Amino acid sequence: MAAEKKVEATGLLGWVDQRFPLMSTWKAHLSEYYAPKNMNFWYFFGSLAMLVLVLQIVTGIFLVMHYKPDASKAFESVEYIMRDVPWGWLVRYMHSTGASAFFIVVYLHMFRGLLYGSYRKPRELIWIFGCLIFLCLMAEAFFGYLLPWGQMSYWGAQVIVNLFSAIPFIGPDLSVWIRGDYVVGDATLNRFFAFHVIAVPLVLLGLVVAHLLALHEVGSNNPDGVEIKDRKDAQGRPLDGIPFHPYYTVHDIMGVGVFLIVFSAVMFFAPELGGYFLEYNNFIPADPLRTPLHIAPVWYFTPYYSILRATTEEFLKWQLLPFLLIYLAIVWMSSAKQLSKVIALLAVGAMAVGFFVLDAKFWGVVAMGASVLIFFALPWIDNSPVKSIRYRPGWHRWVLGLFVVVFVVLGYFGVQAPSPFGERMSQICTLLYFAFFLLMPWWSAMGEFKRVPDRVTFAPH
Amino acid sequence: MIHWFHRTALSRLLALPVVIAALLGPGAAAAAGGGYPLDHFPTAKLTDQAALQNGARLFVNYCLNCHSANLMRYNRLQDLGLSVDQIRDNLLFTADKVGEPMKTAMAPADAKKWFGALPPDLSVIARARASGAGSGADWLYTYLRSFYRDSTRATGWNNALFPAVGMPHVLWELQGSRGATIDEVRTVRDEKTGAATGATRTVVTFDAQGLRTEKVEKLADTHAHDGATLRLSPAVGGTLTQAQYDEQIADLVAFLTYMSDPSAKTRTRLGVWVLLFLGLFTILAWWLNREFWKDVK
Repeated sequence: MAAEKKVEATGLLGWVDQRFPLMSTWKAHLSEYYAPKNMNFWYFFGSLAMLVLVLQIVTGIFLVMHYKPDASKAFESVEYIMRDVPWGWLVRYMHSTGASAFFIVVYLHMFRGLLYGSYRKPRELIWIFGCLIFLCLMAEAFFGYLLPWGQMSYWGAQVIVNLFSAIPFIGPDLSVWIRGDYVVGDATLNRFFAFHVIAVPLVLLGLVVAHLLALHEVGSNNPDGVEIKDRKDAQGRPLDGIPFHPYYTVHDIMGVGVFLIVFSAVMFFAPELGGYFLEYNNFIPADPLRTPLHIAPVWYFTPYYSILRATTEEFLKWQLLPFLLIYLAIVWMSSAKQLSKVIALLAVGAMAVGFFVLDAKFWGVVAMGASVLIFFALPWIDNSPVKSIRYRPGWHRWVLGLFVVVFVVLGYFGVQAPSPFGERMSQICTLLYFAFFLLMPWWSAMGEFKRVPDRVTFAPH
Repeated sequence: MIHWFHRTALSRLLALPVVIAALLGPGAAAAAGGGYPLDHFPTAKLTDQAALQNGARLFVNYCLNCHSANLMRYNRLQDLGLSVDQIRDNLLFTADKVGEPMKTAMAPADAKKWFGALPPDLSVIARARASGAGSGADWLYTYLRSFYRDSTRATGWNNALFPAVGMPHVLWELQGSRGATIDEVRTVRDEKTGAATGATRTVVTFDAQGLRTEKVEKLADTHAHDGATLRLSPAVGGTLTQAQYDEQIADLVAFLTYMSDPSAKTRTRLGVWVLLFLGLFTILAWWLNREFWKDVK
């Protein structure tokens, strides 16, 4: 191996390179990592997610220097950071704005995957790692939100931990075990702090490395969904590829500039963003004896929260059950495999019985969990013969558009106080949300597909 | 927390088969909880240093007797153009050193005894009181101008925005006292059929001494709009006119708003420079990007 290795021979770099794979790593991941030259606007969000991750870690380190994870001091220590720590307000607002920015960037990054079929073979593992990153991010945000110890922090955590008590048999004990107490208290705050500052970030960083390694193994997708590795020049370089560095590094720096303008505009001039980034109620210290009238999670969780709230007993029996029966009929009529028919029958049958036996609250938790986990299935439920939306039938755009609308509507009603109208809309959107995924094996293969070109479409700048 | 799962007859009716429900869609939106309308706080006060200083004076003289602002240090008032000596000589009522936080003059045990509850800390009250209806400043500006006499309350006072509030009208000598008229219409329904048979109109009046009189009137109207409106009568006997009083309250609320986020002024001032820098940075990055990408054919 050592004989095959090409190393820098001279100077400090040579000294290091003989002992560490410095230049080969640099080349493999930057200067000789060939990325498609036609990546567009949607490809900014991966590097931006990385930027926000670094921002959160660095600001987080400084916050931990001054924050006190103690139920009697936490709220005050945050305000101490805001008032008495030099530039503390800036660090804290960066961190709080960064949390929302992280989700915006990641949602757009995921949407890019949907647009161009970036999860399709051979990129299934990149997608799986990405979904795991998303789960970690949700956990990270949830644990972190308790730390300011305001009313919303407290009662939000109370509601979410109580969800676990809906699990049959072990639920009540499980929720006590998670909290370390019968209500959210000092013990809960301490363990959430531990998860927020060390456990989850550690896993998150590992997954980000895995996400990038998997990406660089198979190469980036692009808006045409063309595999650039299929056409190489005499040196074995993809004809439509350009070195990531310097071309995409300068390109991403431009994206960073625009992103930071938007980020700073919010952070310096509207850090609460109308109560969406910092909720008003969270400026009241946590009070275990006073339940707020309206408890809503922060905006980035509200689509899933809406699905939870939509799952009433009546929804299960009169809407979800007919939906599942229709779905079963579709599977039964169109599936060639006997096995999948039997699995679908058993699954729907078990759920149908469960709807009558178990509490609606439990099914709400199941539906909420399923709405997040279902993203993992995308590589296997998308049967489209092409990757990119560009070469799919025109109406596929409308399907994707409808999914985005459904997601936003669910998010909107998750923010609002419960109302019969909101509940009805959330229920309709919940069914549409699941229909998008569950019917994807069929709709994704339907319609007139356009021919995918051999080479990417690119107009020189 | 179980209120997520509430159901109504209407939604049940709409819940027949799934597709029909989807088509029928919208039921009646729940009527938004009315409440007393908020007045607009004059935001120009936030940049008026004399107003902020006067607000600080009112705050330590009136509010700090019962409330604390434990997250705010006296010497931070230098932000408002006051010197340490001015702060020490004129404003330092509840502490010995200017570096100390603005504690309350009242002992917590007394507070419990007198008001039944601990008056909240006011450090970040202007942020906590914000809602979809208006800013925290709007809420405070309305609240502090909406006290009326109500002899049925233990303190002798009530508030239009915050009914049955535990706090008395501390600034009553400035504003004077006022009464209120609460006009409420309720539909009367038949106990068995639930059909509207008429309505009752209840008018409760509190005079400037807080004496309560109630008049109930039966209406034949079966389509009455249920609801209550509260009207405050003009204040009498105060040392200030209504306009002067509003000015003072606006100054006080400006101070409370400043105190809830003391770095706000620095923040917005710095933000302008940061955005200018980032604008320049982005132009340079765009130019650099264009130069590099000229190679890509």
